[in-house]
Amino acid sequence: MGAKPSTPRWPEDIHRIFSAAGVRQVGYVPDAGHARLINLCAADRNMKTVVLTTEEEGVAMLAGAWLGGERGVLLMQSSGVGNCINVLGMIQECRFPLLALVTMRGEWGEFNPWQIPMGQSAARALENAGVIVHHVDDAARVGETVFAASQLAFNSYRAVAVLIGQRVVGFKQWNK
Amino acid sequence: MPRRITLERRKVVADILDPRGDALVVTGLGSSTYDAAAAGDHVNNFYLWGAMGGAAMIGLGLALAQPSRRVLVITGDGEMLMGLGSLATIGVQQPSNLSIIVLDNEHYGETGMQETHTRRAADLAGVARATGFRHTATLYDPQQLTTWIPKFYRMPGPVFAAVKVTTNRVPAILPLRDGTHIRNRFREALLGPQRAPE
Repeated sequence: MGAKPSTPRWPEDIHRIFSAAGVRQVGYVPDAGHARLINLCAADRNMKTVVLTTEEEGVAMLAGAWLGGERGVLLMQSSGVGNCINVLGMIQECRFPLLALVTMRGEWGEFNPWQIPMGQSAARALENAGVIVHHVDDAARVGETVFAASQLAFNSYRAVAVLIGQRVVGFKQWNK
Repeated sequence: MPRRITLERRKVVADILDPRGDALVVTGLGSSTYDAAAAGDHVNNFYLWGAMGGAAMIGLGLALAQPSRRVLVITGDGEMLMGLGSLATIGVQQPSNLSIIVLDNEHYGETGMQETHTRRAADLAGVARATGFRHTATLYDPQQLTTWIPKFYRMPGPVFAAVKVTTNRVPAILPLRDGTHIRNRFREALLGPQRAPE
């Protein structure tokens, strides 16, 4: 019995939305859940992918990108949310657009107890830092959710995080 | 025996910014922001009043977005130490138009002059060199600074310099601090009134 959907299409959906939104900079701390999307962005000549040492670097980079007239996105795992809190203060104070896609750990079927604290508090931590949070648990709705979030971020100058549920990403199977 | 530090931060920043041309400047919170303001307010300045550790990465995002413009990040040693990993990130990207200048007084100036890591051990230019910056230096005297100022604008980046400066107190010169005002002014000057809202 596989925990992951057999042919996930949502990474392609997201990449199409990035293209349509004119995303040029993609900052990421690698996550298995984002692996396909990272590869799609890296192969896209219109996008610069930037591997980060910690998620807060990406928040700062996207502020600089937008100051320079480019749109960007941040790809990360829920364990990185806490790393971003202080720099999100700048996003709120300057009302910079921010689009972050967060693949969730520490929720649906999690095996590793160390993932639970940050996973379970990720949404509240982001909301407390002024970020609008969309949670999506259905692979078929990932595309429309990311599209709506991109509109909110870039047209209304808001910080928006899409939390992509562990139910969508699939949980690690430790017995394999 | 440590080398004697004689450079004064206000004059260093004024001298660095004097030939700025159309360069874009990001300043780290605290004294670096005040130093840039003291050198003369400018629409191409993005002043940070917070986001400690983020100055270099704001510079990277800006440099990638504006490859035809030189981007200078001017920040302090404490601020740079909080974002050391960003040097590794910049080293991977190799932005040819980015220069990072750290005003290294070896102390946390805003919080009671506690010693930073550079006082005892950390060599910031060494870290930059080890993470892939193309040109790096630690500058101690006016002659070195005079030689390096043109390099900040013309050398293929990423460029990094730690400029050792004294801890002598200087008056706080406070620029704009409303974040939305600073970002709107910066974008409108850079992108024009049509593109600025996009």
